[in-house]
Amino acid sequence: MSGLLTRPAPRAARPPVQRVAEVTGRRPLNAYVELTLASPEIAERAEPGQFVAFAIGADTSALLLRRSIAIAGASGGVVTVVVAPHGPGSTWLAALRPGDTVDVVGPLGRPFPMPEPGTPSLLVGGGYGAAALVGLAERLRMTGSPVTAVAGAASADRLCSVDELGAVADDVVVTTDDGSAGRRGWVSEPAAELIGTAGVVYACGPMGMLRAVGELATAAGVPSYVAVEESMACGIGVCMTCVLPVIGEDGRTRFARSCAEGPVFGGDRVRFADVGTLPHDVVGADAMGVLPA
Amino acid sequence: MTAVETRVDMSTSLASVPIPSPVLTASGCSAFGRELEPFVDLTAIGAVVTKSVQLRPRSGRPTPRMAETPSGMLNSIGLQGPGIDGLLAEELPWLAERGVRAFVSIAGTRVEDFAELAERLRGVPGVLGLEVNISCPNVESRGEVFACDPVAASDVVSAVRAAADPAQPVYAKLSPDVTDIVGVARAVTDAGADGLSMINTLLGLVIDPDTMRPVLGGVTGGLSGPAIRPVALRCVWQVHAALPDVPILGMGGIRTGLDALQFVLAGASAVSVGTAVFNDPSAIGRIHEELAAALAARGFGSLTDAVGYAHR
Repeated sequence: MSGLLTRPAPRAARPPVQRVAEVTGRRPLNAYVELTLASPEIAERAEPGQFVAFAIGADTSALLLRRSIAIAGASGGVVTVVVAPHGPGSTWLAALRPGDTVDVVGPLGRPFPMPEPGTPSLLVGGGYGAAALVGLAERLRMTGSPVTAVAGAASADRLCSVDELGAVADDVVVTTDDGSAGRRGWVSEPAAELIGTAGVVYACGPMGMLRAVGELATAAGVPSYVAVEESMACGIGVCMTCVLPVIGEDGRTRFARSCAEGPVFGGDRVRFADVGTLPHDVVGADAMGVLPA
Repeated sequence: MTAVETRVDMSTSLASVPIPSPVLTASGCSAFGRELEPFVDLTAIGAVVTKSVQLRPRSGRPTPRMAETPSGMLNSIGLQGPGIDGLLAEELPWLAERGVRAFVSIAGTRVEDFAELAERLRGVPGVLGLEVNISCPNVESRGEVFACDPVAASDVVSAVRAAADPAQPVYAKLSPDVTDIVGVARAVTDAGADGLSMINTLLGLVIDPDTMRPVLGGVTGGLSGPAIRPVALRCVWQVHAALPDVPILGMGGIRTGLDALQFVLAGASAVSVGTAVFNDPSAIGRIHEELAAALAARGFGSLTDAVGYAHR
């Protein structure tokens, strides 16, 4: 018994596929670009919380590593993602046009576990991470869960999926760090005010935000599930680059792959404070010569 | 693909052990194989070369563990793995139940570690042979990279050969980060290696210009991908020229069938595909087909006819 509020997220029901998908739509969304891709097999398999992994450039591209992006929507044979261009790979993706094709693998990773039907849920999205919560909000509503959403970003142009969440959720609270839209401040402030009404919390966004939301949910005795945005070389579980220290069902901490054991983890299972370090109680740290102090 | 192209005999061997395809996974690039099941017929490939296993479970290094580089990447995983008990209990049975051939990569910090691992793998169903990883750059000191020293490398290989199942060929995995790779190859072959795996990654470094610090948690990492292919091919060429009877499992930046063909022509009788799998999880099967077509187009009736052809 680990004494934690969450169980590890179960595996997805169906395996991923690899397909060359045609881009059927491109829509600039402030600082981001929303792409829609015709990929019926990925769309029909996708569950909220899962992601797809794109190859960058043609088959002679010098950028070899896949770019993993959360699925923002999957219906009618079409998969939607929100691309945040910052490096050469995401910039290439964001420049795709309708009619272009791209090699995509998915759906990947473990979906958000669903609560008992009717459980009031609080969804917290940071930046483009909010896109990953849209499908979840729809599914929660279908199972009778009241949904409250908080979407935050550094500034108004970095907010994402506010309208989509608003169409599904009972209420959406918007925050920006600079006050350019909604409440000034971080998502953790309204999340703390709303936690008392929630039976479960879901979050996707930058690591610091996930940590804050996970910690406040756990302090309130509410189970939380966070979808992490670690950089991944492969997305399918073979490269071992995207690991985080995560507490397993047996209470022991392992370096767990964000792609294969995640991206959805119990918010009380990710040892956020230890990310980027090798704590002595991670399974196998002793073999690395790391011993208790 | 035409009927003519599929008529090339693609069978080959890892030393004494026959395999139906010359294309294998590369250690550390396909975990223990199962994640590739949705993308590749694992029973059709040459073998799954496992991630290196050690005696005890290993956490590996802290993150960040990778940095993308031109036509390649640096990794600093640090041999994360379940240890030999986990491998024997979980991973090898999974492969054996499906009829997937396993070539098990073993690693350690002492000669005795390697010998004990070889002993534990004797007679294990589905284990074709052993790849002795004496060349992982992600260890705490260069002194642990046995493959940088012909004497240390020989000590490991002779201990493994003595302890291993006689039916399991022992391949020594060599590092390109040496002055004279032929000298190391000769030493480990004299020590009993049945074959050579070439090459492991090259030691590299990336510094983040914003933080002005090394990107990787482990500071340095192993460079892989097409960027290293000419180095790998040169190593295979030199060693095959000096030791033409020693089987070589060639690897280093293979992404296409024509890349694999270069290694075969240089002297490799089989190839491993590593980093390309991150880019294309179907790569192993695709490269088999592309290599078969390339051999057919050049008039080869069998893969083995092409091994070392560039030297003749």
